[in-house]
Amino acid sequence: MATIKIENLQKSFGDFTAVKNSNLTIHNKEFFVLLGPSGCGKTTTLRMIAGLELPTSGKIYLDHDEVSLLRASERDIAFVFQLFALYPHMNVKNNLAFPLKMQKYSRNEIKERVMEAAKLLRIDHILNSKISSLAGGDRQRVALGRALVRRPKAFLMDEPLGTLDAEFRELMCLELRKLHDDIDATTVYVTHDQQEAMSMADRVAVMNEGEVLQADTPSIIYNKPQTKFVASFIGSPAMNFIPFNQSIQKNQKDIKIQGINIDIPEQLENSNSEENYLGVRPENLKLVSNDGIKGNVFGTEYLGSRKIITIDTNFGKIKVRVDNNINLKINENIQFLPSNKNQIIFDGKTDKSIHSGFFS
Amino acid sequence: MSKIELKNVTKIFDKTIKAINDVSLTINDGEFFVLLGPTGAGKTTTLRTIAGLEKIDSGSILFDGEDYSSVQPAFRDTAFVFQQFSLYPHYKVFDNLAFPLRSRLRNLSNDEIKGKVENIAEMLKIKSKLNNKATELSGGEMQRVAIGRALVRDPKIYLMDEPLSSLDAKLRETLRVELKNIQRNLGATILYVTHDQAEATTMADRIGVLEEGKLVQVGTPIEIYNNPLTTYVAHRLGSPKINIVDYNVIELNDKPLETKLLGIRPENIIINSGNYQGKIRTIEHLGAETIVSIDYNQTELLALVQGNFSGNRGDKINFDIDSQNLLYFNEKREKIL
Repeated sequence: MATIKIENLQKSFGDFTAVKNSNLTIHNKEFFVLLGPSGCGKTTTLRMIAGLELPTSGKIYLDHDEVSLLRASERDIAFVFQLFALYPHMNVKNNLAFPLKMQKYSRNEIKERVMEAAKLLRIDHILNSKISSLAGGDRQRVALGRALVRRPKAFLMDEPLGTLDAEFRELMCLELRKLHDDIDATTVYVTHDQQEAMSMADRVAVMNEGEVLQADTPSIIYNKPQTKFVASFIGSPAMNFIPFNQSIQKNQKDIKIQGINIDIPEQLENSNSEENYLGVRPENLKLVSNDGIKGNVFGTEYLGSRKIITIDTNFGKIKVRVDNNINLKINENIQFLPSNKNQIIFDGKTDKSIHSGFFS
Repeated sequence: MSKIELKNVTKIFDKTIKAINDVSLTINDGEFFVLLGPTGAGKTTTLRTIAGLEKIDSGSILFDGEDYSSVQPAFRDTAFVFQQFSLYPHYKVFDNLAFPLRSRLRNLSNDEIKGKVENIAEMLKIKSKLNNKATELSGGEMQRVAIGRALVRDPKIYLMDEPLSSLDAKLRETLRVELKNIQRNLGATILYVTHDQAEATTMADRIGVLEEGKLVQVGTPIEIYNNPLTTYVAHRLGSPKINIVDYNVIELNDKPLETKLLGIRPENIIINSGNYQGKIRTIEHLGAETIVSIDYNQTELLALVQGNFSGNRGDKINFDIDSQNLLYFNEKREKIL
């Protein structure tokens, strides 16, 4: 289908810069997710790819053709909004045929494409049903079908599952990913939900304040985040940041927190900040009976196969993931430590991760 | 706070639709009770009948043993928190919080009101915002104020209708620990409605699972997770969802006679050991853990494995099943005890 490339893309609305100097390459057949909090510029980026907004500067390529200033209709890209925008009074067949009729395709061509999309989505048995009589899942499939019949070079989706309840969303995530694989599409998908991003994406670009901070596979973004923001945005519960007052020298292999020596991977850079952070994911902390960092139990949360313990410390709340059979009392004194040395140090001034042996 | 009982409560809409169907339920004094179910299960209707916003068609609702079924909403003394926060935008946070206390029915002095408001604001960490207008707050702060406006009162029960669902994921995670803590400290009775299983298992003392207006199981989160009475309940808790497969997918020497379906929690499929062999369909890296979908003789099995799992789609994979923790269901999809 298509490779999408954006180069030094910038978009300003008056004084406000929504997207700053972004560079991304979305490969052919890739499921690519733009992830970030509201206002980070992800939707604006998507709309520029679609041609619904024109860039202030920079370039967009679809395969090898520059499309930066082409109109949306000239781009051969299908945009899927929230998946409920269907015509309720029309039947499924007419909903699917609608975009093709608008583009004045022949009757035979329309029929063929509608059948093809319906089969792929397993809705060929309900083509004559009215939209209003369909269950939620079937409606979503029809909406997808409407994008599919155009056989576009790429699918662009802006939080298509945003309004659904949790259970249904999980199901639709799987379906969307399966559809993507079945038709070898290139998909660009916008969401603020890190779990959706992690579970569906081949690669994720994390954005904040108009900038792309990191673009990589979900597991690299999770394990080797380049900034504190990326580290905290990905993962549920979020990464813990334990502050310590000590600068970092190249080749350093340990730090002191509350007088306790903690091993870290050999550091490959200096940091001149006096306050830095040890970043540890909740599953990389363990409870210990002595010589640990001290706190007391603020809450315990049962999640079926696991538990999350929230610990109140003198530097804020820390979350530890434990087995579901561990029982603790509220306010109980408790100690914890990283379970292995492969943790990340973040520079307190720049918020960037300091490169270490763990990264290479 | 009070003990609330529903006895055989039925609510019918449009003469035929039983939104709540013969529901009996006791919410104990000081209990955090969560009603869990998908859209349309009857959660919100149950909440509204307790508040008196819906009249019930049969059954009774008791507050501390006294029949309240036909008491007007204003005299039921419940505090409702809605999904969409409804604050007075032109009021300051302080006045939004103080509003329910200024009712003439309560007859509180200004000092008493001030004390209560400050207390709650401290608990919800919005004390520094008391002089801000409601419109100057972030979404998370607004919802804290909305919850605070219920908490300043000392009603018989707090009724909460998905109060966190409009917030982003991070904030939801933070607030659910805080809300549980506040409830524990106040000894508050809360009936909380949600479709989010994480909210249910993390906050509830007990969970009631609703299916099409019927209350199908009540128990602690652990009881419901380990001992679901039907496949429907088994599906409600657990992420990823439990595998429910035909009984003959797996060879078992020792299973109850009437077994038709097996329930296998994804964490009870142990990979890279055992004699079962399948093919990897998909791999989802979720960070702390990985979900591997295995094609085993044309049956899909989801396995929950550790975060650093490495493997590729299409690879052959060996796995074992922890038979200690299997759930057995009969033809009617009920658990065999």
